Amino acid sequence: MKVFRALLLPALLILLAEIGARLSGPSDAIAPPSAIAVALVGALADGSLLADTRDTLVSAFGGLALGAALGFVLGLLLGAAPTLDKLFELTIEVLRPIPSVAVIPVALVALGFGYRLEISIVAFACVWPLLVLTRAAVRSVEPRLIEVARALKLSPYDRIAKIVAPASLPRVFVAFRLAAGVSLVVAVTVEIAVNPSGLGNGVMTAGQALRPDLMLAYLVWIGLVGYALNASLVLAQARLFGRAAQAEAAR
Amino acid sequence: MTNPLIEFKNVELQFGEHLVLGGLSFAIQRGEIVCVVGPSGCGKTTALRVASGLIPPTRGEVLFDSAPVRAPRRDVAIVFQDYAKALLPWRTAAGNVSLALEAMNTPRATRAERIEGLLKRVGLPRHADKYPSQMSGGMQQRLQIARCLAQDPAALMMDEPFGALDAMTRQGLQDEMLDIARGAGATIFFVTHDLEEAIYLGDRVIGLLPHPGRIGIDLKIDLPRPRDQVATRENAEFLRLRRELYDFIHKAERGGAP
Repeated sequence: MKVFRALLLPALLILLAEIGARLSGPSDAIAPPSAIAVALVGALADGSLLADTRDTLVSAFGGLALGAALGFVLGLLLGAAPTLDKLFELTIEVLRPIPSVAVIPVALVALGFGYRLEISIVAFACVWPLLVLTRAAVRSVEPRLIEVARALKLSPYDRIAKIVAPASLPRVFVAFRLAAGVSLVVAVTVEIAVNPSGLGNGVMTAGQALRPDLMLAYLVWIGLVGYALNASLVLAQARLFGRAAQAEAAR
Repeated sequence: MTNPLIEFKNVELQFGEHLVLGGLSFAIQRGEIVCVVGPSGCGKTTALRVASGLIPPTRGEVLFDSAPVRAPRRDVAIVFQDYAKALLPWRTAAGNVSLALEAMNTPRATRAERIEGLLKRVGLPRHADKYPSQMSGGMQQRLQIARCLAQDPAALMMDEPFGALDAMTRQGLQDEMLDIARGAGATIFFVTHDLEEAIYLGDRVIGLLPHPGRIGIDLKIDLPRPRDQVATRENAEFLRLRRELYDFIHKAERGGAP
């Protein structure tokens, strides 16, 4: 029943699009959903769509891993050490608003085309959500737990590893989910803008070949990949952190 | 006579304009249970935090075994009132006790056995695998006490540890605490707002006056031990002390008002 309700609106929209596209006749910009479905199956069957997906995900996950790790460590440090935070504040606040797209020309000159270019730009975009949310999570660790750490005279390393990091982890995971969504968006963006590989490049190529069915098939596929990514992370979150994390994620 | 374990020497604490502690001086002997009572704002919890090394005094000093206290010590365990916040929710009961053992660098091989013994001592022998959220308030406070005992403390600093518990649980824990204290010979600094609890547990009850916090009364409690929830509380001396403390608090509250 729930599945039926969730599918009702998409089914209706697809039906309307089908009717609309058929009534308006042939076009270079849009295609009826039936033609998109045929193109999607075709691209899946000949392996090109899966190869592009692999290229995009390698870059997205590579950049996510790199950026998230960096953002997490920086967030822990800056959250735990206010002096360090003051020192980094201006630098971070100036770098953070730079759109990741604006970094493309710089990275292109420095790194050339390829995975390295894409991974480093994705990493740049993924650092910030982790850094900012981890820092906030560390600062909001229950003060009584910090006192327990003081009372037990835990070493600075143990204080972070045994108290601060686990206490912040549920909120850090929410940041990670956010960053995962960003990583896919940025990877596809870089591919559309410059890097000749992956799903973004597939969209561009199909558009230039005047194949709206294939172009839209790529878009639908990107949506499905993003949906699957988020759904698996939500599942992992529920498994790892239980009820508390779900309440957090719902906010 | 040996030197006292804890000694307040003219301890003053100032928060901005506000003088919280106005020159506290008293000593706690080894093995002694000293209960501190007083109206709210008298600085009883603050005195405990200064003695624990969590807050430095503005003037004066607290000596622990003749050495000035500048930071928390592992042989002084602090039992916080808000047990739910003082436990690690992501660790089981055994894991929470283990935290103290890890801090003490207890060899990994002996930890499991010690944890089992400690949980048994506080009456939680079959709850090692439970998380704090699966335990009642009384059980959580027992768990916190187990973690404190894992420190092998020479002194226990207890900040209204039973204040948030219902009457039955509280009386049970009072007796268990006295049992544990007698077994370990630990020195206890016990802050409470419950006058009867103070008399029931203490060898001495110190009453503080507010604004600024200072000693108003220092009563020696000469009730026979082991104490008994019914007989001790019916003892004529208990009732006399209770009256004396009630009168003191009543006066302190009126006198303390601006």
